[in-house]
Amino acid sequence: MSEESTYYVPEQSKYPIAAATGFGLMAYGAATWVIDSSNPYILILGTLVMAVVMCMWWNTVITENMQGLANAQLKHSYVLGMLWFIFSEVMFFAAFFGALFYLRVIVNSWLGGDAAIGIFDDTPTDAAVANNAILWPGYEAQWPVMETPDQAANGDAAIFKGPDQAMSFPGWANIFSWLPLWNTAVLLTSSFTVHIAHTGLKNNNRKQFVTWLGITVALGLIFLVLQAEEYIEAYQHMGLTLDSGIYGTTFFMLTGFHGAHVTLGTIMLMVAFFRSLKGHFTHDDQFGFESAAWYWHFVDVVWVGLFLFVYVLD
Amino acid sequence: MAHGPATLADGWKAYISRWVFTTNHKDIGTLYLWFSFAMFILGGAFAMIIRAELFQPGMQLIKPEFFNQMTTMHGLVMVFGAIMPAFVGLANWMIPLMIGAPDMALPRMNNLSFWILPFAFAILTSTLFMEGGGPNFGWTFYAPLSTTYAPESVNFFIFAIHIMGASSIMGSINIIATVMNMRAPGMTYMKMPLFVWTWVITAFLLVAVMPVLAGAVTMMLMDINFGTSFFNAAGGGDPVLFQHVFWFFGHPEVYIIILPAFGVVSQIIPTFSRKPLFGYSSMVYATAAIAFLSFVVWAHHMFTVGMPIAGELYFMYATMLIAVPTGVKVFNWITTMYKGSLTFETPMLFSIAFVILFTFGGFTGLMLSIAAADMQYHDTYFVVAHFHYVMVAGAVFSGTAAIYYWLPKWCGKMYNETMGQVQFWVAFIGFNIAFMPQHFLGLAGMPRRYADYGLQFADWNMVSSVGAFIYGGAQIMLLINVILTIRNGKPVADEKVWEGAEGLEWTVATPAPYHTFEKPPEVK
Amino acid sequence: MLKRAKALFLSLLSLVVSLPALGSAVVETSTRQLNMPQGVTEVSQAAYDIHMIMVWVCTVIGVGVFGFMFYVMYAHRKSRGAVAENFHENLVVELLWTIVPTIILIVMAFPATTALLKVYDTDNPDIEIKVTGYQWKWQYEYLGEGVKFMSELNTSLDEVYGREPKGEHYLREVTEPLVLPVGKKIRFLVTGNDVIHSWWVPDFGVKRDAVPGLFTSGWAKTDEPGIYVGECTELCGLGHAFMPVVVEVKEEAEYNEWLAGKKAEAAEYASTIGKQWSAEELMVRGEEVYERSCAACHQSNGEGIPGVFPALKDSPIALGPMVGHIAVLIDGVAGTSMQSFADQLSEVDIAAVVHYERNAWDNNVGDVTQPLDVLNYKQSK
Ligand code: HEA
Ligand code: HEA
Ligand code: HEC
Ligand code: CUA
Ligand SMILES: [Cu+2]
Repeated sequence: MSEESTYYVPEQSKYPIAAATGFGLMAYGAATWVIDSSNPYILILGTLVMAVVMCMWWNTVITENMQGLANAQLKHSYVLGMLWFIFSEVMFFAAFFGALFYLRVIVNSWLGGDAAIGIFDDTPTDAAVANNAILWPGYEAQWPVMETPDQAANGDAAIFKGPDQAMSFPGWANIFSWLPLWNTAVLLTSSFTVHIAHTGLKNNNRKQFVTWLGITVALGLIFLVLQAEEYIEAYQHMGLTLDSGIYGTTFFMLTGFHGAHVTLGTIMLMVAFFRSLKGHFTHDDQFGFESAAWYWHFVDVVWVGLFLFVYVLD
Repeated sequence: MAHGPATLADGWKAYISRWVFTTNHKDIGTLYLWFSFAMFILGGAFAMIIRAELFQPGMQLIKPEFFNQMTTMHGLVMVFGAIMPAFVGLANWMIPLMIGAPDMALPRMNNLSFWILPFAFAILTSTLFMEGGGPNFGWTFYAPLSTTYAPESVNFFIFAIHIMGASSIMGSINIIATVMNMRAPGMTYMKMPLFVWTWVITAFLLVAVMPVLAGAVTMMLMDINFGTSFFNAAGGGDPVLFQHVFWFFGHPEVYIIILPAFGVVSQIIPTFSRKPLFGYSSMVYATAAIAFLSFVVWAHHMFTVGMPIAGELYFMYATMLIAVPTGVKVFNWITTMYKGSLTFETPMLFSIAFVILFTFGGFTGLMLSIAAADMQYHDTYFVVAHFHYVMVAGAVFSGTAAIYYWLPKWCGKMYNETMGQVQFWVAFIGFNIAFMPQHFLGLAGMPRRYADYGLQFADWNMVSSVGAFIYGGAQIMLLINVILTIRNGKPVADEKVWEGAEGLEWTVATPAPYHTFEKPPEVK
Repeated sequence: MLKRAKALFLSLLSLVVSLPALGSAVVETSTRQLNMPQGVTEVSQAAYDIHMIMVWVCTVIGVGVFGFMFYVMYAHRKSRGAVAENFHENLVVELLWTIVPTIILIVMAFPATTALLKVYDTDNPDIEIKVTGYQWKWQYEYLGEGVKFMSELNTSLDEVYGREPKGEHYLREVTEPLVLPVGKKIRFLVTGNDVIHSWWVPDFGVKRDAVPGLFTSGWAKTDEPGIYVGECTELCGLGHAFMPVVVEVKEEAEYNEWLAGKKAEAAEYASTIGKQWSAEELMVRGEEVYERSCAACHQSNGEGIPGVFPALKDSPIALGPMVGHIAVLIDGVAGTSMQSFADQLSEVDIAAVVHYERNAWDNNVGDVTQPLDVLNYKQSK
């Protein structure tokens, strides 16, 4: 065992307790705020504490790294940490995709009265028939749900009203004004550009690295702008909102969480970009950049799923 | 890292900052263990209130709405506050020692994982004092009781779950990274002690399902505050969706609770049998099989919600299968004892009781998995009896065994054996008096989460309450024994502590020095 | 906050103090039933049978496993001079104890499957009954017969809180039981109005969750007249323990008579709705309705539970215009546990309870609410 390769165990640190405090304040503040929207102060305070601590913490990690304290083994710990973190994010999205699947395929046919008894027997179950006949008369299973069961049964008195228009494929004639398609193009391209940047870094081609990383950040920002545009469109012209029944619910929750992750990914890439301008990262020391890139690929894959299941498949 | 940890002798400021700012896996393990014991007492106090109210028919001590809060908080605090942190504490202490690592892979994050917990539980318990009371919808918080019909404090509950989940995920990532990356040279996967194995698999389960729980509470949050209709059929949603999402988390969660317990017992039984663990590799495969199966059986908690029959049959068959790998473990433990040279110190007593009572609870679990019969068992005290057999006699007994087993290594002093054995018998007897009658209550038709019940259930409830108080008393004895040991136990000098103990953790000095394995040991 | 802390502390204190005293009042009617009831339907019998099979299978395995274990603990203890051997693997036994349990389980799967098929055999019923769970009572509707009524706990709060001795049927009695004929196949369509409840009659082997917005179905057919008691088995709020199910199975002729009676009652009621009620009559009836349907939340003294259930004493709605007050009862308050009572209470009952609330606990509004007012409001919608 040579001296250098001792695993670096940091001395005592004030960051964890500060971060935990910030996190606790955020949780407490968020709850206070959803109950009483005029009191966002604790939440803001918590977020600030958290942001400051995180910046300092990562700064320390980067400095330690620059000082050569982090040996290959420690870096591998970081890699593992990031990969498993991404895995946990995958599972978070899995919950929402699972919910979408269940609502679309199963619940919809229960409420519509045509849920089959079994795989080989397509007579509807008695419960499904009763659902439709007694509880939600007039509801027809459909996706996107444009008319909610509530509307079908209660007409204008309904609390949950479906959207006027859905985000699905608008037909070949209108294909170019279909924002999600553009978004898909932007995001897929960005996955590609980040890869080119990565290749550049591996080959010690700094210029290629910095340029393509910059392009990726730009594409990320474009995606966010388009997404915002889509939401404005939905709210202002399509009657599609968070509370327009299950379609609005699943649409905004899935795309919204994805958007939040794109934001996070863009910030990570941006940090990597600025660090790259300062000359950080080499072909054998690139964890900070690589983790942002992995994260970006992950966000991209989620989008492909979204595009298929939220926008395309009817 | 020349200087040791600050002690009280260095002044209280230094002492406090040692614990608060620490990055040492042993310190953090200790923090986790004490925290979990505090939560165990809190959750236990709630259980005592429940049992006192149920001592007799009629409402005597508390109102039904408070009763529901007690049931809920008891379940939440025990599961998330007592059992899970207890095993994370053991993992922190023992995994680096067992695999020959200098510390956990990400020591600062380790401390962060811990310090989130006090905040999470402070928020959670503070809801009890809010207007409208705390969570009153059961630890399973089914919508719409937990959404439309919940007290306002549910929002605090939701965010408390969020940060607690984040803590678990970070803790688990740390454990996975440690095991994958920090093993001493020569410590191949198939040489790792079983406790390490069960913990990696547990950590994997945690990373996979805690985010799903976060998803479930997020959906609740949106339904409550932002007009979505995940759990409302009027908008095209379904209250049962909540149950699917929850149990996709919830079922693996119960194995998260029991797998590390399996690990502990797999360390202890060989030691006191003075014989290597029988069927090491089949133990590893069985653990993996249980973990895998736990992802595909969740709806056995929902046999009465009206799933189509094809679904019921599938979930029934899949659930029954879990008996096979679990059986393999039970048989392996017993065969480890076979032709050994057995002694019965306190850790061994608890481990043997674990095997017997857990198997008993497993049998009732198997009965519950039979959908047609579960139509009668579901949501009765039969289920309550089942899960206290696997969780109290399972997780808590093994945790107690672990404390007795490793305490001498931790603090270099021996506990009082007589007192340990007395505690064991009080716990064992009290436990069975408390929970055996609950099987009868359930079969005779007493539903769970009942603040009050008909006269026909009076006798067994009284017996059960008495047993619960006895069992509670046993916990106080445990606490006293631990404190006495730390303060004036008989010093142990031998590295091995136990005659039959094997493994790296028994090669370091007793008590374990603050820093161990700064140079990795070589494992043959 | 302080108040709650005090309440918490007091309950803990009273717990410690009162324990010895509690022991004295052992109740005599307690039965010592240990096992699942066999019940009176095919389904409950099937559940019982598979339950007993499981019990025996587990017992046999348990005796084997634990027997061996105790033998080992006796024979191989160090104090008897046992010396440890060193074997730690044996492929044959390990395979064996993987395969044998698998086979046992596969064999078990057959009876388990047939039993479940029986539970799901809800086809071709003679009678269909819609069961709706409300916080905290049941509504039964005989589909196609025009008969529907609420069924709620009939044990007084005084018994619950120990101000009165507990009756023989404590928590097992309801205002009006579900009545069924023998020998007919009955399909229960179970749903919920507010939160999830679960409708359970052990002797029928029927336990179906009452999920709001969706139906679950179950069935029963029995030849044995009698009274069968069940419970709500899904946590549904503070009255969860107080919404029993009581079913009375009658000979067919008696059942028909009962059904005809119910129909006549409904017809007669329709004719009396126009009658003018006196303030006193309304107060008496209103108090009854209030205690039964409203006091669980708003409390007998009308003061509610702060933060969860508003006080009706001095409430702006109770003191405000009568139409607004009626509206709350007919429409409910969306998104809260204040449900619509339009389907649960008759016009007369609603009028009575509104009148009561407006004039009890020093509310003294002084007006008189008539069933016609309620009817008018309903029709104006
Ligand atoms: C530590 C936690 C833990 C563990 C390990 C288990 C283990 C099992 N559980 Fe349990 N369970 C819970 C915790 C746990 N459970 C909790 C908390 C609930 C209630 C949640 C709530 O609603 O609040 C619950 C509820 C629950 C239900 C739902 C009941 C209901 O609500 O209606 C079911 C149904 O299938 C079930 C089944 C099982 C099975 C089949 C196992 C199996 O893993 C058991 C396997 C073990 C054995 C079978 C014994 C050993 C085997 C042998 C000796 C081999 C030979 C044996 C045979 C071939 C028979 N459990
Ligand atoms: C691992 C988890 C765990 C553990 C350890 C326990 C431990 C205990 N539990 Fe359980 N329990 C659950 C998990 C757990 N529980 C869950 C998940 C539920 C379901 C909740 C729901 O329905 O939503 C539940 C529900 C539950 C119920 C059903 C409530 C209901 O349906 O309304 C009951 C009733 O008897 C009960 C009792 C007990 C008792 C007596 C103990 C004892 O083992 C506790 C012993 C510990 C102590 C007593 C603490 C130490 C000592 C003191 C504090 C000193 C004071 C002591 C005295 C005065 C004697 N629990
Ligand atoms: C399940 C609990 C529950 C039951 C039972 C219940 N209520 Fe309510 N009630 C509520 C809640 C909760 C509100 C508050 C709704 C809101 O947020 O505006 C309320 C509000 C009211 C109000 C409006 C008071 C105000 O000041 O806002 C009236 C009047 C009322 N209820 C009358 C009744 C009557 C009459 C009954 C019985 C027939 C009854 N309630 C039964 C829960 C209940
Ligand atoms: Cu209704 Cu429980
Ligand atoms: Cu389960």
